[in-house]
Amino acid sequence: MPPLRASQGLDPNWVLLFIAWLIVFTSTLGSLFFSYVMEFAPCVLCWYQRICLFPLVIILARGLFPFDLHVVKYALPLTACGWLLAAYHNLLHAQLIPADMQPCGKGVSCTEEYLELFGFLSIPLLSLISFTTLILILITLQRRSTE
Amino acid sequence: MKRILFAATSFVLLAVFYFGASYYKTSRAAELGFLAQEQASTFVRPHSPTLGRDDAKVYLVKFTDPACETCASFSPFVKQAMEAFPSQIKFVIRYAPFHEGADEVVRILEATRRQGKFWETLELLYRRQSTWTQHHRVQINEVWPLLAETELDMERLKMDMKDPAITAIIEQDLADAKALGVRKTPGFFVNGKPLEPFGSRPLAALIKAEVREKYSK
Repeated sequence: MPPLRASQGLDPNWVLLFIAWLIVFTSTLGSLFFSYVMEFAPCVLCWYQRICLFPLVIILARGLFPFDLHVVKYALPLTACGWLLAAYHNLLHAQLIPADMQPCGKGVSCTEEYLELFGFLSIPLLSLISFTTLILILITLQRRSTE
Repeated sequence: MKRILFAATSFVLLAVFYFGASYYKTSRAAELGFLAQEQASTFVRPHSPTLGRDDAKVYLVKFTDPACETCASFSPFVKQAMEAFPSQIKFVIRYAPFHEGADEVVRILEATRRQGKFWETLELLYRRQSTWTQHHRVQINEVWPLLAETELDMERLKMDMKDPAITAIIEQDLADAKALGVRKTPGFFVNGKPLEPFGSRPLAALIKAEVREKYSK
């Protein structure tokens, strides 16, 4: 690889990680928008997903500068946890799991319907989409780095 | 190149967040202003307890939960405003019993209203709130000894509390709170304008501005 390209052009792996960071940052700002601007109270499951999501903004950004694919090792477990929680949340939301199994006590119910964008996009679904895309990107990066 | 891309993207996203937030708040306020003109009843129902003169042009609406600490601490500020503008303000109480068990307290309040003791009971409950609400939990059994201080007919009170009409009032108020986007208490509206930002000084300023607007003509 010519030195000029390595230093100035954009490495596709870097771009991929950058896109992952972009998704994480947008999701973080989006969730803050829901709770602080639109004043939706987050339910317990939302909080757990946030725990997996928020640190990724910093972890992935750290992996971008200087570019270090080892970041995947640290980001993937968090993302996997987030994905599992999001998947569970969606099953609850779609009432595929009976509501009495949900871990939320008092406060906001995890099946509370806050918004439906375009008639189908609920907040838990947005979360699941983010985590799914993230997992796909991170696994791709992991494969490429071990190749 | 990478750093610029990163910095620019961060900046753009934060800007979108900031302007999105202010746009949302402005359009929400405009929407509520429209509601205030077209559907004033969402703010004030005939069943709502009110204080002040009927010809007052400034309606101060408070969505309150008797178990809410901030609601209690705002009570003196409302009183100050009523004293400052005694004939210009009409104060309206709406219920938003978000705390578990707070609807029972609303039932008590509505029952005392039938004995003409609503405002003093509300004041008493606010003042002694810490005795019957601990860590956001309503201890209904702690409320009764407090009521002994008032001259209420307790037999009648307990009968009145069961009246389904009170249930209807609570349900209507909760539905209106939802329609108006009240998710926290106290939720204040001055002639339909939501209190934004929240605080005692912004409330005083909003009331003053509204009084000036309605009475300068």
